[in-house]
Amino acid sequence: MVKKIVDFVHDFGLARIIILGFFLLLCVLAVVLRLDFAELLSSSLVRIGMNGVLVLAMLPAISCGIGPNFGVSLGILAGLLGSLIAIELRLDGYVAFTGAILFSLPFAALVGYGYGWLLNRVKGSEMMLATFVGFSAVSVMKIGWLLLPFKSPEMAWPIGRGVRVTIALHNRGLAQVLNDTLAFNAGGVVIPTGLLAFFLLCCGLVWVFLRTKTGVAMRAAGDNPRFAEAAGINVDQYRMIGTMVSTILGAVGIVVFAQSYGFLQLYEGPMFMPFVAVAAILIGGASIKKASIANVIIGTFLFQAILVVAMPVANVFTADMASMAEISRIIIQNGIIIYALTQTRGE
Amino acid sequence: MADDFLLQMRGVSKSYYSTQVLKDIDLALKPGEIHAIVGENGAGKSTLMNILFGMSMIHTTGGFEGEMIYEGQHVDILSPQQAMDLGIGMVHQEFMLLPNYTITENIKLNREVLKGNVISRLFGERLKTLDMPVMNADARRALDSLDIGIEEYVKVAGLPVGYMQFVEIAREIDKTEIKLLVFDEPTAVLAESEAEHLLRAMERIAQRGIAILFITHRLDEVMEVAENITVLRDGRLVAQKRATETNIYELAELMVGRKVEKLARRTGKIWDDTMALSVRDLVVDMPGEMVKGFDLDVHKGEILGIGGLAGQGKIGVANGVMGLYPCRGTVLVNGEPLLLNHTPTSIQHRLAFLSEDRRGVGLLLDSSIELNIVITAVHNQDKYLRKFGPFSQLDDAAIRAYALQMIHDLDIRCTGPAQMVRRLSGGNQQKVCIARALALNPDILFVSEPTRGIDVGAKRLVLETLVRLNEQGMTIVMTSSELAELRSVCDRIAIVSEGKIAGILQPDDSDVNFGLLMAGRGAQARGADLLEGRQGATAHG
Repeated sequence: MVKKIVDFVHDFGLARIIILGFFLLLCVLAVVLRLDFAELLSSSLVRIGMNGVLVLAMLPAISCGIGPNFGVSLGILAGLLGSLIAIELRLDGYVAFTGAILFSLPFAALVGYGYGWLLNRVKGSEMMLATFVGFSAVSVMKIGWLLLPFKSPEMAWPIGRGVRVTIALHNRGLAQVLNDTLAFNAGGVVIPTGLLAFFLLCCGLVWVFLRTKTGVAMRAAGDNPRFAEAAGINVDQYRMIGTMVSTILGAVGIVVFAQSYGFLQLYEGPMFMPFVAVAAILIGGASIKKASIANVIIGTFLFQAILVVAMPVANVFTADMASMAEISRIIIQNGIIIYALTQTRGE
Repeated sequence: MADDFLLQMRGVSKSYYSTQVLKDIDLALKPGEIHAIVGENGAGKSTLMNILFGMSMIHTTGGFEGEMIYEGQHVDILSPQQAMDLGIGMVHQEFMLLPNYTITENIKLNREVLKGNVISRLFGERLKTLDMPVMNADARRALDSLDIGIEEYVKVAGLPVGYMQFVEIAREIDKTEIKLLVFDEPTAVLAESEAEHLLRAMERIAQRGIAILFITHRLDEVMEVAENITVLRDGRLVAQKRATETNIYELAELMVGRKVEKLARRTGKIWDDTMALSVRDLVVDMPGEMVKGFDLDVHKGEILGIGGLAGQGKIGVANGVMGLYPCRGTVLVNGEPLLLNHTPTSIQHRLAFLSEDRRGVGLLLDSSIELNIVITAVHNQDKYLRKFGPFSQLDDAAIRAYALQMIHDLDIRCTGPAQMVRRLSGGNQQKVCIARALALNPDILFVSEPTRGIDVGAKRLVLETLVRLNEQGMTIVMTSSELAELRSVCDRIAIVSEGKIAGILQPDDSDVNFGLLMAGRGAQARGADLLEGRQGATAHG
């Protein structure tokens, strides 16, 4: 019996057990404090849907062997650029949403290709490189946002060149376009049908992709590169494919995120977004070598639900600790990343 | 009488878990004696030395039986440090030198000669300065005693390997208390003239009264310098001889000799005279297993064995032909030239490969049995896929059916086709590898070390499977360190030495010939078929 418990702790991971325990504790407190559970659930669902695709972007990266994609900011930047083009062209609603994704695809594919090429040159220290590629790209694009010739009054600075720091999406009918699609109220809980359906659709597409000939070869390349070479698989090529798919999902992910949030955040905005996504998939049970769709869904749920529940619980205790949710986010996020990194053993 | 001996080992036995690796070894060594220990890979030489040095892998696995008497005293050596304190030194096969230090610094590392200065008087021992002139003089003396004219202040980085070997030796003999020195395959990395030089140095060291244990497989060197010779085979002591009372033929036979158990197989030859594979002048750059100009013809339908000692290049042949390590040369598969250095082409030519590194190269350990079995066929032959225009999906039903059939045919013991391969035993993992090769429906199967790390019962099953596949028409090229295994299933056995074919033998050829070819003394092998031009002749005869 004791051995079973030890095995379970070992398999599931101590850090994950602590996080799960913390989440349950928060839920109990929320009930004790008579917080509005329906509302907490509603906003949890929204946050899962809006973050889900970004977390999903980690899956092809881990599968193809480059590890959690700390440089998914490249895809995020491509997605932001696509969104700006959609706004500049005065697209509305679903058309704007689709347009933003379609415009961002070529950028994401191109950048992902170059990024994959770069990662193939630093096998073994991809995560370090990815983190700094992400930081550099975000910084370079700060100049880019100032130089790009966007003219639309919705986003250009009133004086001078460049686009603003935060751009509202309400005017274009882009804000909450997915969230409101077929949304309904079930006993006080608002179900954002369109948003969740889109997330699950993306999960389904990635699942199918991983079972294609390309996907199988890519998984083998990531799982055991020497095996893959012996099976006639061009490891470098499949790592690049995985990196590109991850970058593209990052672009799609930010468009989904932005429409739910209602704003595009440029400049500093994408700087730390990859860490949230990396932490989520790791909490879901992924390691830096192995991940699955289930890890994505469970991880997104756990991570986002904790944040949603923690804030009002903390507020009840003391008004001064309004930033409690943010603090706990940072502790959990960075803690789980450290935990996952310490769990990697050489085979 | 017993007091004359520097070291005596009596009745030393060692088991790792339930596998006996050494049984009842006796060894006695006088001061100034050069004593050679010869044996094949896995004969127990390394284990015996590990016991002598008190290495931790001996004591963490239950210690050993028997006793050691050193300078007339019963000793229990529990750590390498203790062995060094007793005056036992080792010249390693891989150099343990710091490349960016000078030769003197390497020789004196951690045994530096110190002198006091102002600061050390105030702050103590650890801040004393190094006495470089004295250290250089010591190093010089050690190098001179080896007759090495190399400057002691040169950095080790960039020295030829032969010199590095001498620096290692100089470090050991500089230790004033050294009484016993172990040379572990010291000539393996040396050119002939350097090796000669080393042997002279060994003799000089012995004249100073230092006893030497010389571990090697080069029998001519043994005959040249050793006074006494111990032959190990399969963890047992098979003979102890004075060098003057034996010759290399006898040693070769003792080293290899064992009963060859022929597996039940068809009588009469099935293979015909067309060539399935012709290799000419193959050079493979595989670290540790370099192939340097290899020629071989493999007949359709035969089982050809490739044997030889570790590090001589036998492993490199299959890895090169499959494109896993850079290579050049000419390879004809069924008469067609093969594009080298491109694995997919090799697979398209219906070559399949079971790697010697089963867990590293052979398997996706964290994937299911069924995925492991089909993945190469999925990627290279578009099998087990359902096509939807440009898109494809794994065909689960077909994969499951084939996996179940293989699990049944090869008797893979598992909980089901979805079980992770990591959880299987070595023998069953090997069967999964075989199943994957079969999924490609190959003409020629390369098998490297098929029974490494597999228990005895499973070994037999794996070998029988290979024979059965061969009877169904598959040509098999089997590389193995275990000569007995090659002799039990192969039609012909090519022995590789120093990256080249030393000769091709029949499985029932004499032990002497096998031993001599493996020891790189092909010229002395009597009746062996040595010339490449005559390979065909043997095949017919």
